[in-house]
Amino acid sequence: MPPPLQAHRMLLSHRRISPAPRRRFTAVSSLSSAPAKTAVAPGPPPSSILSIRDSLLSGERTAADITSEYLSRLRRTEPSVRSFIHVADAAAERDAEELDRRIASGGKDAVGPLAGVLVGVKDNLCTVDMPSTGGSRILDGFQPAYDATAVRRLRDAGAIVVGKTNLDEFGMGSTTEGSAYQVTKNPWDDSRVPGGSSGGSASAVSARQCVVSLGSDTGGSVRQPASFCGVVGLKPTYGRVSRFGLMAYASSLDVVGCFGSSVFDTATMLSVIAGHDKMDSTSSSHDVPDYRSDLVSLNLLESKPLNNLRIGIVQETLGEGVDTGVISSIKAAASHLEQLGSVVEEVSLPSFSLGLPAYYILASSEASSNLSRYDGIRYGKQVSADELNELYGDSRASGLGHEVKMRILMGTYALSAGYYDAYYKRAQQVRTLVKKSFEEALKRYDVLISPAAPSAAYKIGEKTNDPLAMYAGDIMTVNVNLAGLPALVVPCGFVEGGSAGLPVGLQMIGSPFSEGNLLRVGHIFEQTLQDVSFVPPMLADL
Amino acid sequence: MALTLLRGIRTQALPRANAGLFCTTRLSPLARFTTRVEGVQTTSPKAAPTSIQQAAKEAAEQKMQGFEAVIGIETHVQLSTLTKAFCSCPYDYGSQPNSTVCPTCMGHPGTLPVLNAKVVECAVKVALALNCEVSMTSKFDRKQYFYPDLPKGYQISQFDIPIAEKGYIDLDLPVEFGGGHRRFGVTRVHIEEDAGKLLHSESGNYSQVDLNRAGVPLLEIVSEPDMRTGIEAAEYGAEVQRLVRYLGVGNGNMQEGSLRCDVNVSVRPIGQSEFGTKVEIKNMNSFNEISRAIDYEISRQIHLHKESQADQIVQETRLWNEASQKTFTMRKKEGLADYRYFPEPDLAEVVLTSEYVDEIRNSLPELPEAKRRRYENMGLSMQDVIFLANDDNVAHFFDSTLEHGADAKLAANWIMGDMTAYLKDEKLSIHESKLTPLELSEMIASIKNGTISGKIAKEILVELIAKGGTVKSVIEEKDLIQIADPAAIVAMVDKVLADNPKQLEQYRAGKTKLQGYFAGQVMKASKGKASPVLLNKILGEKLKGS
Repeated sequence: MPPPLQAHRMLLSHRRISPAPRRRFTAVSSLSSAPAKTAVAPGPPPSSILSIRDSLLSGERTAADITSEYLSRLRRTEPSVRSFIHVADAAAERDAEELDRRIASGGKDAVGPLAGVLVGVKDNLCTVDMPSTGGSRILDGFQPAYDATAVRRLRDAGAIVVGKTNLDEFGMGSTTEGSAYQVTKNPWDDSRVPGGSSGGSASAVSARQCVVSLGSDTGGSVRQPASFCGVVGLKPTYGRVSRFGLMAYASSLDVVGCFGSSVFDTATMLSVIAGHDKMDSTSSSHDVPDYRSDLVSLNLLESKPLNNLRIGIVQETLGEGVDTGVISSIKAAASHLEQLGSVVEEVSLPSFSLGLPAYYILASSEASSNLSRYDGIRYGKQVSADELNELYGDSRASGLGHEVKMRILMGTYALSAGYYDAYYKRAQQVRTLVKKSFEEALKRYDVLISPAAPSAAYKIGEKTNDPLAMYAGDIMTVNVNLAGLPALVVPCGFVEGGSAGLPVGLQMIGSPFSEGNLLRVGHIFEQTLQDVSFVPPMLADL
Repeated sequence: MALTLLRGIRTQALPRANAGLFCTTRLSPLARFTTRVEGVQTTSPKAAPTSIQQAAKEAAEQKMQGFEAVIGIETHVQLSTLTKAFCSCPYDYGSQPNSTVCPTCMGHPGTLPVLNAKVVECAVKVALALNCEVSMTSKFDRKQYFYPDLPKGYQISQFDIPIAEKGYIDLDLPVEFGGGHRRFGVTRVHIEEDAGKLLHSESGNYSQVDLNRAGVPLLEIVSEPDMRTGIEAAEYGAEVQRLVRYLGVGNGNMQEGSLRCDVNVSVRPIGQSEFGTKVEIKNMNSFNEISRAIDYEISRQIHLHKESQADQIVQETRLWNEASQKTFTMRKKEGLADYRYFPEPDLAEVVLTSEYVDEIRNSLPELPEAKRRRYENMGLSMQDVIFLANDDNVAHFFDSTLEHGADAKLAANWIMGDMTAYLKDEKLSIHESKLTPLELSEMIASIKNGTISGKIAKEILVELIAKGGTVKSVIEEKDLIQIADPAAIVAMVDKVLADNPKQLEQYRAGKTKLQGYFAGQVMKASKGKASPVLLNKILGEKLKGS
């Protein structure tokens, strides 16, 4: 067991917290015996998935009990948070009862790795039994003919889909304000955004409305909201998880990712959803390890568990334009990692600043093509018209939102004859440079660290009229998508804001398919971070 | 020969960028769609007799007026793979609308294309058959436009790196058109997916979309602008169809749209190196129509040149109207369409190994051109060569007959003569005939060894085609064995001479051509079975001797 680390105390200085012991939300099993209201000393987050599994196997609790507990919390928190576009509470209850019957008759074999685990699914992932809108009016009421591969794999592992979470329309945005349906609020402060585009999935896990959730990450859409909401967010290597059933935004960048309240839960989820899928030829056949197997519990850790680990802290991410509170949180996290035995050095990624414009050209270009199918002809919103072009124009004009239209226009422009070389092709060249500069850095370092966003959650409406400011917020994350690398965001500290401070996430970037190592490092980091708890204050009152 | 060589040289004067490739000649969606509907509605009447010859003659005359035409063809070949190009749906022409569709080929949200490996195999086969350079690494691109028959809003195609380039087609023009060997360049071959079909209501108030065809694999074969007459273009198209059928990669059926040709035609004064303004013609449902449409278009353009109205030849798409035998403006091209091609991010590059390509190369059947050269070397006439080699079923039957030991010339004569005539009358194709190549060779052998006469053979042939069986069994069953016993023939001759004293007298008086009459009488008496050779010998002797 490592010595208690003090580094994080620095982080706490950014928080306006009372000296009184803070309340903390723990795993389901402990909730039943020790209600959340009971003051619990802050400590490493337990695995909700493990405790659900233990309860089911021991017969201590039924899936129906667990489901109803989550659903009741969901019902109480949802009016203020608004994570979900669609809640399938009745279906979830039915699924839970069905699971209980199977456990009763079939015994322990019926308990899959995610049995009884309530999952929120980002609404740009197709679900056969629930509407899937992508957050867009143009798909209002659309119900897919099939389950996305990631969703199907979760279900096959016993997970119960509790609903579809809110997002920026088709994943285009960084605040979830771009949803055509509702604005989701940050559980830490309801005047602030949860981040985006997977804001609903992040806030749902943060508010413990579900155990884990699926998101998608094209330029940071899992990592930035994870940081804003104080949850663990994983963006796997491009191709690690099948994209089949994910409504494409930018196909060469899109990745299905996951959220959990602990690294262990996130790792469990990845083990289930990762792997080749014959329906997605860009999915990788690279072996899928059991990502949980390298996660050692706190009491079994050596004193310097990260010995021999070389960490590079990306110099360009701690400079101008980055919130000082965020910088000090990341620096504190770095020294925490150092105290765990790793060597942390500054590393420069010279092409870092080029990534953002290249990302917006490539992502918009692909989006302009991927969204062509939303034409009102075969499904979704159709505005009747006398003439074909009018039908297309009116259907898309009324069905698609402002941000989406802007990106379609930008992308169409970038791909147009005469502009292709100057924009799309040049952006691809930048992408190659970005990839190379990461490759170089990852030869010298096992893990690169940076903030997941330049600031903590900002106010709702703050950047709605300044898209460039919003785009600039993606600077920490887009390069990773351009390079196709895996990255894990783990809550590491707080900055001032809200009633209890606002969480800050630490981004850890690794080589392709090094999710196992990232999760191992993230797990050690999380388990050794003391005196902090990333449970939003709203839950303490429940 | 000099002409042949000259024709064989590929036109190189044209820089590739202007070679009538992608943007400049791709159809706009509207054009495509309309063509298809017209294609369905147009009944295709039998070709007006002699029109090809007429047109060819006219074209030749027009050339003499100091102009020449330049023709290039884009051919779309549907591949008859079991499943579509990027999903696992089957495709059956004529099945119920929207019965062979899935979320992927309907362009539903979240679906992704997965390349059918068979499509690549077919493409490589065709590329090798077209003598192309196969790209060891090629990729897919998206061609973007909106149209209701295009579910995704883009077509998966290949833009700057097609699966194959720089090939050629060798062919022999039909003898009746003056014959001659030709080599026409093939610019490129690329893989793409077909679109669905629109069905318009009669009222015109609504249209329906049938996506059965959406996602069906196509090869687009782009020719160099090497053709000069309608018949050359038609023969180029026919040779592509032959290759497709020989290779078994598609049915090449033009009526069903499995093979579609879009033709670019321009004319220029002989001696001028730049091309004239080109016009695209569509909506031809047979090679015959292609030939006539082109020749009509050439004469139309030359006429405008002669009337000093060349400025009225504009870049446009014209439709062939079979009823009036003319082309009509469908749509003028307003600038270039911008399809905003970019690499398809959902599909990996297609990387081939040389082993893969070699394996396919080694598995290729003998192709029409090789067959024609082989038949030619057997001493068959070009007419025979073309007839036998240009239909893979006929060629297969012929080759198989030779394998059983038949003489090439005799086999050719039987196949092209009696057999074809009978099949034509019965509206059967050669693979529907019950006559096997083995039995045809047996029959030819039976004639040779004197078991049956040629006349009897004709009877047997019809029997075998219609009912099958062996030559032997038919001969026995019908008692058709040739009478080769001299004594029996002598007896028959004696009887005929005795029964016809009047004619015998006339013969002896010098009317020697009556020998034929006697021979006929003997043959009749023998029910056609008397050996003609023996009969003539014996009859001659008897007439001379007595």
